[in-house]
Amino acid sequence: MTAAQGARRVVAVEAKQSAGGTLLRRIALHGTLVILMIVWLIPTVGLFVNSFRPPQDINSSGWWTALFPPENLSLDAYASVLEGTDIASGFVNSLFITIPATIIPIFVAAFAAYAFSWMNFPGRNLLFVAVVGLLVVPLQTTFIPILQTMAGFGITGEFLSVWLAHTGYGLPFAIYLLRNFMGSLPREVFESAYIDGASPVTAFFRLALPMSVPAIAALAIFQFLFVWNDLLVAFVYLGAVRPENLPMTVQIANLVNQFGGGIELLGPAAFISMALPLVVFFALQRYFVRGITGGAVKG
Amino acid sequence: MDPRLGTALIVLFGVPAVIVGYIYATEVLLRGAPERLKPRVRPWLWLAPALLFLFFFLVWPTILTIARSFQGQLAGNWVGLDNYAWFFTSGEALVSLRNSLMWVVFLTLFTVGLGLIVAVLVDRVRYESVAKSVIFVPLAISMTAAGVIWRYMFEYQSPGSPQTGTLNGILTTFGVGPISFLQTQTLGLNTLFLILVMTWMWTGFAMVIISAALKGISVELLEAARVDGATEWNVFRHIVFPLLLPTIAVVSTTIVITALKTFDIVYVMTNGNYGTDVIASRMIKESFTFGQLGRGSALAVILLLAIIPIMGVNINRFRAQEAIR
Repeated sequence: MTAAQGARRVVAVEAKQSAGGTLLRRIALHGTLVILMIVWLIPTVGLFVNSFRPPQDINSSGWWTALFPPENLSLDAYASVLEGTDIASGFVNSLFITIPATIIPIFVAAFAAYAFSWMNFPGRNLLFVAVVGLLVVPLQTTFIPILQTMAGFGITGEFLSVWLAHTGYGLPFAIYLLRNFMGSLPREVFESAYIDGASPVTAFFRLALPMSVPAIAALAIFQFLFVWNDLLVAFVYLGAVRPENLPMTVQIANLVNQFGGGIELLGPAAFISMALPLVVFFALQRYFVRGITGGAVKG
Repeated sequence: MDPRLGTALIVLFGVPAVIVGYIYATEVLLRGAPERLKPRVRPWLWLAPALLFLFFFLVWPTILTIARSFQGQLAGNWVGLDNYAWFFTSGEALVSLRNSLMWVVFLTLFTVGLGLIVAVLVDRVRYESVAKSVIFVPLAISMTAAGVIWRYMFEYQSPGSPQTGTLNGILTTFGVGPISFLQTQTLGLNTLFLILVMTWMWTGFAMVIISAALKGISVELLEAARVDGATEWNVFRHIVFPLLLPTIAVVSTTIVITALKTFDIVYVMTNGNYGTDVIASRMIKESFTFGQLGRGSALAVILLLAIIPIMGVNINRFRAQEAIR
């Protein structure tokens, strides 16, 4: 397998060198890509530069004027965001919301995915198709009835409400992804484990779970990004009842909607909220493509 | 900080313990059961948590919302199809319908088109992973942060005063504009500018998946075509593109659903003002700002109806995939 991949790689690199051909073509290729990369970076760079500028500068001149030569750049805005606003507590709230809302659906989905791939029961495929079909239910359809039920239990505004909600909303995708991956594990491994007298619980925790790490990592990234970046679910289930539990996204959105004062706080707040997802993304990036395309694309 | 410490402990230890404990508990429970019954009961015990969550958070609310959409502002006041009649006669609701259609068409065209182009181009250069990361990173940013980032792109100052927005800064250098991007309602142009923000975010998604499919195409096949004298364009048009079509269909489906569900970008950047409302943002407004739960529910049902054909396509695809397995 590795030898074949190595051969493929050599062919691919040779193709990379020969493709493009004429000089003109190569200029067009690299030119297009470099321009696209610059276009993709500029919006973020603009905010980044502005996050170091004082408010009167932000309001009177473009961010690019502060670059050549660099002038009036400081960390003041970051300091006042951390001290003067609720963003710091919002960051902690975001963590409290995101960690369980990532762990719970992964476990619940892994149990279901294991049952769907390695246990026999009537209606197995039909049920799986139905679960995957739920992928497309718009979240908006569900808010009002769930809100009423949760109010009945008295948990609106509590972290528990968003943990449960994100688990429910994340499950169809999580089950789909994990079942695709677990279903492709070699059958013999499980058969020999059962012959040796292992219970399904042992086979699950000792075999299926460790072997599914790439898919679980990809799922963890997706679910983490989805929950950390979520505005709507937190806004609906926490917003009205317990504003002190709101995550960063809602608090930043509120800064944005208050036109006028505090505009210099937006940039630092946005960058503080971006830091963790970017770290998670770059740390787990290599699992990403392998995990999502494991079932769909056989290369 | 004290109550938070308690929450943190629950978060880190309590939650995983409960979940893992559940599966062990089912095995203990099954120990007493007759041997013949075990394989029949066990799958349902493993599926139970997932099915409970799905039923409570997706299936049951959908049924209730459909019922609520036939009631007025007060629950229990049955009004038949009034809420739907309102949707198709109210100017504001129709604007949100038009905008949602624009989102579906243009977001899909832009992201899939650009994603395909980038995936094909980066395949030919050595800085592939750097280029891919640059294009992909916006997807890791929250829509709120993206909204903040793009405020500084679209910002508008009256003509004559120095422009603070990047785009107007560029335009005025060339003696054009300035343009008030998000207030220009002609032809729904401001909605188109909002779609550009989502394009910036989601092109990376399309690119990563199309690129993975591209790597699956046999290099020898392409080389054979090139040796036979096919031009690069012909290789792409007649070999690469047809082989990528199933993947492009999957990506397009995902993006169409994303476009229909769009809420955050609109909420953060314009709050639906200047005629930029989409169905999802209108739904939130009607339900939570105006207390019109009947109308809000009708909007949600309309969203669901729009997505059903796509669900049909998806289910067919999964069936086909299952058949191959």
